[in-house]
Amino acid sequence: MTHSLYGPLPDVAGDAGYDHGHPPRMGFFTDTSVCIGCKACEVACKEWNLLPTGAGADGISGLSYDNTQALGANTWRHVAFVEQPATRPDGSVDALAAAGTADAVDLGMPTVGAPDGGVRWLMSSDVCKHCTHAACLDVCPTGALFRTEFGTVVVQPDVCNGCGYCVPACPYGVIDQRHDDGRVFKCTMCYDRLGAGMEPACAKACPTDSIQFGELDELRERADARLAALHDDGVADARLYGRDPDDGVGGDGAFFLLLDEPETYGLPPDPVVTTRDLPSIAKHVALAAGAVAVAAVAAFLGGRR
Amino acid sequence: MAECHPVGFQWVVEAKKRGATVIHVDPRFTRTSALADLHVPLRAGSDIAFLGALVNHVLTREADFREYVVAYTNAAAILSDEFVDTEDLAGVFSGYDPDTGSYSATSWQYEGASEASAAGSRDQWDEAGVGHEAGRAEAAGSGGAAGAASARPERDETLTHPRCVYQVLKRHFARYTPELVERVCGIDPRTFARIAEAVVANSGRDRTTAFVYSVGWTQHTVGAQYIRTASILQLLLGNIGRPGGGIMALRGHASIQGSTDIPTLFNLLPGYIPMPHAHQHEDLDAFVAADAGRTGYWGHMRAYLVSLLKSWWGDAAREDNDWCFGHLPRLTGDHGTYSTVMGQVDGSVKGYFLVGENPAVGSAHGKLQRLGLANLDWLVVRDFSLIESATFWQNAPEIETGELSTETIGTEVFFLPAASHVEKDGTFTNTQRLLQWHHKAIEPPGDARSDLWFFYHLGRAIRRKLAGSTDPRDRPVLDLVWDYPTEGRYDDPSAEAVLAEINGFGPDGPLSSYTQLRDDGSTRCGCWIYCGCRADGVNQTARRKPGHEQSWVAPEWGWAWPANRRILYNRASADPDGNPWSERKRYVWWDADERRWTGADVPDFEPTKDPAYRPPPDATAEDALAGVDPFIMQTDGKGWLFVPTGLADGPLPTHYEPAESVLRNPLYPTRQSNPVRQRYPRPDNPIHQFGGDVYPYVFTTYRLTEHHTAGGMSRTLPYLAELQPEMFCEVSPALAAERGLTHGGWATVVTPRTAIEARVLVTARIRPLRLGDTTVHQIGLPYHWGSNGIATGDAANDLLGIELDPNVYIQEAKAATCDIRPGRRPRGPELLALVRAYRRRAGIGEDG
Repeated sequence: MTHSLYGPLPDVAGDAGYDHGHPPRMGFFTDTSVCIGCKACEVACKEWNLLPTGAGADGISGLSYDNTQALGANTWRHVAFVEQPATRPDGSVDALAAAGTADAVDLGMPTVGAPDGGVRWLMSSDVCKHCTHAACLDVCPTGALFRTEFGTVVVQPDVCNGCGYCVPACPYGVIDQRHDDGRVFKCTMCYDRLGAGMEPACAKACPTDSIQFGELDELRERADARLAALHDDGVADARLYGRDPDDGVGGDGAFFLLLDEPETYGLPPDPVVTTRDLPSIAKHVALAAGAVAVAAVAAFLGGRR
Repeated sequence: MAECHPVGFQWVVEAKKRGATVIHVDPRFTRTSALADLHVPLRAGSDIAFLGALVNHVLTREADFREYVVAYTNAAAILSDEFVDTEDLAGVFSGYDPDTGSYSATSWQYEGASEASAAGSRDQWDEAGVGHEAGRAEAAGSGGAAGAASARPERDETLTHPRCVYQVLKRHFARYTPELVERVCGIDPRTFARIAEAVVANSGRDRTTAFVYSVGWTQHTVGAQYIRTASILQLLLGNIGRPGGGIMALRGHASIQGSTDIPTLFNLLPGYIPMPHAHQHEDLDAFVAADAGRTGYWGHMRAYLVSLLKSWWGDAAREDNDWCFGHLPRLTGDHGTYSTVMGQVDGSVKGYFLVGENPAVGSAHGKLQRLGLANLDWLVVRDFSLIESATFWQNAPEIETGELSTETIGTEVFFLPAASHVEKDGTFTNTQRLLQWHHKAIEPPGDARSDLWFFYHLGRAIRRKLAGSTDPRDRPVLDLVWDYPTEGRYDDPSAEAVLAEINGFGPDGPLSSYTQLRDDGSTRCGCWIYCGCRADGVNQTARRKPGHEQSWVAPEWGWAWPANRRILYNRASADPDGNPWSERKRYVWWDADERRWTGADVPDFEPTKDPAYRPPPDATAEDALAGVDPFIMQTDGKGWLFVPTGLADGPLPTHYEPAESVLRNPLYPTRQSNPVRQRYPRPDNPIHQFGGDVYPYVFTTYRLTEHHTAGGMSRTLPYLAELQPEMFCEVSPALAAERGLTHGGWATVVTPRTAIEARVLVTARIRPLRLGDTTVHQIGLPYHWGSNGIATGDAANDLLGIELDPNVYIQEAKAATCDIRPGRRPRGPELLALVRAYRRRAGIGEDG
């Protein structure tokens, strides 16, 4: 094992052992500022990947229009609907709207990004982040999880033994076990389609290009330009999430443009690859083991005293 | 738009990225609102007050595009002194007959012009009092109502004459102030000012504004007048016939525009040619004499119709038998869908075809729909799955209440599975009039067949049964040209051959333009406005040249009717002299050197007609239009701010309350609703007139992205059904508090027709509206569910009564009144008792 566990990594596939001719790293840029919550990505993903149904079995969730609720073994794209009382232009939260006793007259003037005085509705299509440093892959004991030549992270269901080590390892809570046999499933970035030169099903189906697929380097440039345009338009809270190669996971292969704090969308604010400290853990473990050994020897020696 | 037309909404997103301002006016906060710059909630059913106030804003500031208005609209035309406005007659226009509930249009004329009526119905019209006879406004054709042949009205181009249209408009809309908007719509004056200023600032020589609407505008007892109000505004601002302008109708589902062009409507023939009337149109001459506008392109009505008759009856259609004009069906009155349902209930309609239609869930007053179905001799349902309209005899809600019982329903139901669009060839014609070919990808499964297959082979079977008949009434069927080539495993008729028939043939083969059509029997054409879709014998609708390989207008993607024009009336994109209004909005212009019209699109004008051309007094058809008359389907070539003839409910839009409303009409206290709306006052169609507090809330029905209309295409599909798994209602936190509704719990919604139950979604996206000193609560009801499929629930449309727009017979589905209470609805006969108790308290008698 020579690959690094933390920090920027320019050639993630190369680091995984692919030779120089491997394809460029591919990724998703999900621009939530143009997501209309149509859920075409969810449906296209399930159709292409033949995923089981089952969401909504208990009727509506009551969580706005989100009846899928979370990413899971059978849901590899999930559109979050964040319904919130709007913040007024002066920064104060409209207490009437918040308290649900909306008085139509005094709700304040609408603003860009929060189009209604009483509420704003953010939509965002979530997906596996295909981390530069993927802890799920690092902890997989069977090799079911592997890094593809496109730099993505894929599970092989015929190799997975259902141990579930990867589940707590994922800093985003993405990877999930099926209830029947415990095997894990998640987004493959449509590895089969990529191999045939096609874009992933979700990106293909997205009507507003909220989900963009392409070479990660180019997507990052596109995202930077879009962010600058939004800032110029006064959307000050717009930010990129998972774009920075210096972040805790070395940057995401699937990154986002958000209109608010990551927590608003249910995303961790500062994810860190859970295997970051493996080397130091190993060192500490070795030290500790050494200390135990010394103590044990000392005990024996002492016993002989 | 994002909610119901997510794929089309990509262009709005693109426009927004390029700097467009998006304003969304809608009672509910939708996915569209989430992306709009401004969401403006208003009370359902109040849009004419809102749009009328925008018109007033433009007129009082004289912010109209004056040069465009004077040259291209009828603003300068002077009206007869017999015309009296609603403002002076307490809410009705002159010509109102209270006995028949209808108008005579004779007083709406231009001064000196003996204005006749809409194409296709002039005789009926002049016989005023025909009331709601069929074929009136819709019969006006694709260009709107055709006016008088001699429509050269007196004009005052200073627009100061007190009886010129401009001044009449000004007076009519004077009371449509921001204060009225606040009282009627619940939009505060600051927000209104912001919208008005944005629309005005974004219109003129250099800029254009577009309006996009859907059934939120049309499904009202004044629906056609909603669109008229927007038309007036857009004409005043110079936003018609120019790039980035217009009024876009988003159609309800795939190819609904196509099914209007080649109509499934009872009062139209293909290409908006009106259906003849049984008594007034006994022969072709009488029909054409009454119909042809004589000036403008409707002047060629005879050529369009003879070519259609030749297309249908081929060699059997000859000059000496009036080209088989006698074979056409005739109207005797209103045969619209709701009249048909009443006929079923009353026993006069015995058989019914439902093709991709689920009225038991999707149409207003579901109970009446189901009682109608249960009273038929036979019913044919062609759909993808067993929809509620096919299984009503088994599981209609009326079986539970005891109003129907399976044992006594005599209807013989035939269910025939249908092929989907990927299982057949054909075209879609959508909002933008674009015909786009789709190829069959796979054979349909099992017994599923295409609609073409069904109707072709049904026709063959019927003709086989009639063969040898000497009964004259069988001639129309036996004389039909019914010889389509078939292909494939199932003998599917060739869709290409059908398209070729629609396109038409002349002596030299396939036609390329409707201007080639003749009235001498030498041309055949199944739909004159589609003529050219197979120009040169090539399927133009199958063209898919990518946008980046052609001009920005993309004329080589599909084919747009008419003549592949992408913007109608685009002569108006140039000034009267033929020069572009501005560089920024350059589109079609007159090339003085080449002496012809040119530009980015196919000019919607005679290509060599000089802007300086003025017609001689005796000119007909297009020759009667001057070089400055862009609206070539109108007899006077002008855009009509005021409509002298052709509309059933008045020459100008005016605000009436919905048939069911919580508000007294503030404009006309004695004229609550559209006085000429189509009514069906009968015991099984009870309507809550204004007043009382039994039905204190407004409800509106709508769709969600996740489902398709009445659910036949989505509730049976697991991946879609799970996304919105059951019926729910949307209420504001304030209403939930007022009525004790719990988020996630159940509520029962009650109207005079029935009561339904729904899970409760309490959301700040629904806002109570403050109208003066009253607060109006609105309840949102998606209408996708029924009893069948994976995702089920009560049907919202069951709550609606039947009152219609008098022009187009569309139901008022977007605004009505109800009560809401916590908990599930009663079962069985107790449901009827609950609804009856409400009616009794509201004083609604059994006579409706």
